[in-house]
Amino acid sequence: MKSSIVVNIKKKRITELIASGKRTDGRGPTDYREIQIESGVIEKAEGSARVRLGKTEVLVGVKIGTGTPFSDVPDRGVLTVNAELVPLASPSFEPGPPGAQAVELARVVDRGIRESKAIDLEKLCVESGKLVFVVFIDVYVLNHDGNLIDASALAALAALINAKMFKYTVEEGKILKKPGYTPLPITNYPIAVTFAKIGNKLILDTELDEEQVSDARLTITMTKDGNICAVQKGGGSGYFTKEEISEATKIAIEKTAELRKFVVKN
Amino acid sequence: MKTNKKKLNKKRGKMTNKKPEKLIDKKGIRLDGRKVDELRPVKMEVGVLANADGSAYIEQGRNKILVGVYGPKEAHPRHIAKQDRAVIQCRYHMAPFSVDDRKSPAPSRRDVELSKVIREALEPAVFLKYYPRTSIQVFIEILQADGGTRCAGITAAALALADAGIPMRDLVVACAAGKAGGKIALDLMDTEDKIGEADVPVALMPNLNGITLLQMDGNLSVDEFNTAVDMALGGCRKLYELQREALKSKYVSAEEAKEE
Repeated sequence: MKSSIVVNIKKKRITELIASGKRTDGRGPTDYREIQIESGVIEKAEGSARVRLGKTEVLVGVKIGTGTPFSDVPDRGVLTVNAELVPLASPSFEPGPPGAQAVELARVVDRGIRESKAIDLEKLCVESGKLVFVVFIDVYVLNHDGNLIDASALAALAALINAKMFKYTVEEGKILKKPGYTPLPITNYPIAVTFAKIGNKLILDTELDEEQVSDARLTITMTKDGNICAVQKGGGSGYFTKEEISEATKIAIEKTAELRKFVVKN
Repeated sequence: MKTNKKKLNKKRGKMTNKKPEKLIDKKGIRLDGRKVDELRPVKMEVGVLANADGSAYIEQGRNKILVGVYGPKEAHPRHIAKQDRAVIQCRYHMAPFSVDDRKSPAPSRRDVELSKVIREALEPAVFLKYYPRTSIQVFIEILQADGGTRCAGITAAALALADAGIPMRDLVVACAAGKAGGKIALDLMDTEDKIGEADVPVALMPNLNGITLLQMDGNLSVDEFNTAVDMALGGCRKLYELQREALKSKYVSAEEAKEE
């Protein structure tokens, strides 16, 4: 564990640097680190993608199963997102059930996909009220160097686009697999961008050192039409002003469009 | 507010069983008789629990929420302690009988997330550096839920922290706005939240103009989002007046008791 004194020294240095418009690795305030996306890396999963954001590395696997729908939406398939901060990814991660950080990560990714209607869940209904497909999105953080939310959301979307569903017929309420595959019914492409407030500046795509000294964070997820579908403020000691939030939404419009090009070709 | 109450109860009786078709009628009146920019009736009380170091109770519409604060006290388990400041341990918890279908008392993933964002909404307001190596516990119990419980919980939690005598930079007050029936509306209740298009909870430190919680789910244009945030901030400022009154009234009544 790093002592708070070291963090405070680091905080001073990073804050001064950012106040003068610079960053530790020479990027501009809204520049992302190098983004690499590899799709279909896990053959056993229906869909998968590995995203590298600088040294941050996230693997997402999509599995498709069957189950019963929720009683309030009997004609829709089920979407579940889970995140694992596995101990090999960082000295600060420990084995055990997901903690608050992992739960928040999963729920922010979930909200972006769900609220943007990225998957047409109605098409995943086999028999209303009885049998639907369940899409499991599992976020696996492999190396933590900051900005897990954006990397995970990007990997989840890439894995969904990559996912293929087996063809099937229904006989006596049971699903029988047929040869061949179809893509998942994807109807939107949500992209998350996460701002960190350090001093009085907003920066995007923090690396771990920056993240540790930031005062607050704000994630904005946008649909392909430039609407906002999810927002989450986090980070303990600081706050945002209304002006900063308006500024962030403006930057988010451009930035989400830019990032979307990495996953959505054409 | 009083004249409204009769109308409110009458409308409520109607809506319990079937889903309403329209959330806002032609005249811009909502299911419970409110206008789009109107808060639900709010009642706040401070110092309601005998054992807690600080406590508060809030009713906002049909929400009924009790908050108890303990500490600063020895941090437990010890490894959560921070050498240079206090930590806040926050638990948002819903009573099994607080919602239509019984809720399991075990914390859900939603509860875990809300506990975290509520803690982060309160932390900026507390002088944590005054109490290194200690823990301040904030327990939020939702006795009855009807939409907007995280916001009402924050408003009450700030009162309970103040009641516990913990030094604070500012109070924290929270309120949601959202989109229901095609219109941006203040302080959504459960039906509006579920059927409506979006919900934007916001927490504010009113004197520092600091937004300490901001979430959204749904689908809004950037302009709609900014309008909703502004409307929620307006709601926060109205609630802040009630919050201050609630805090003052406890000590006014204490003074009166002393004089007698």
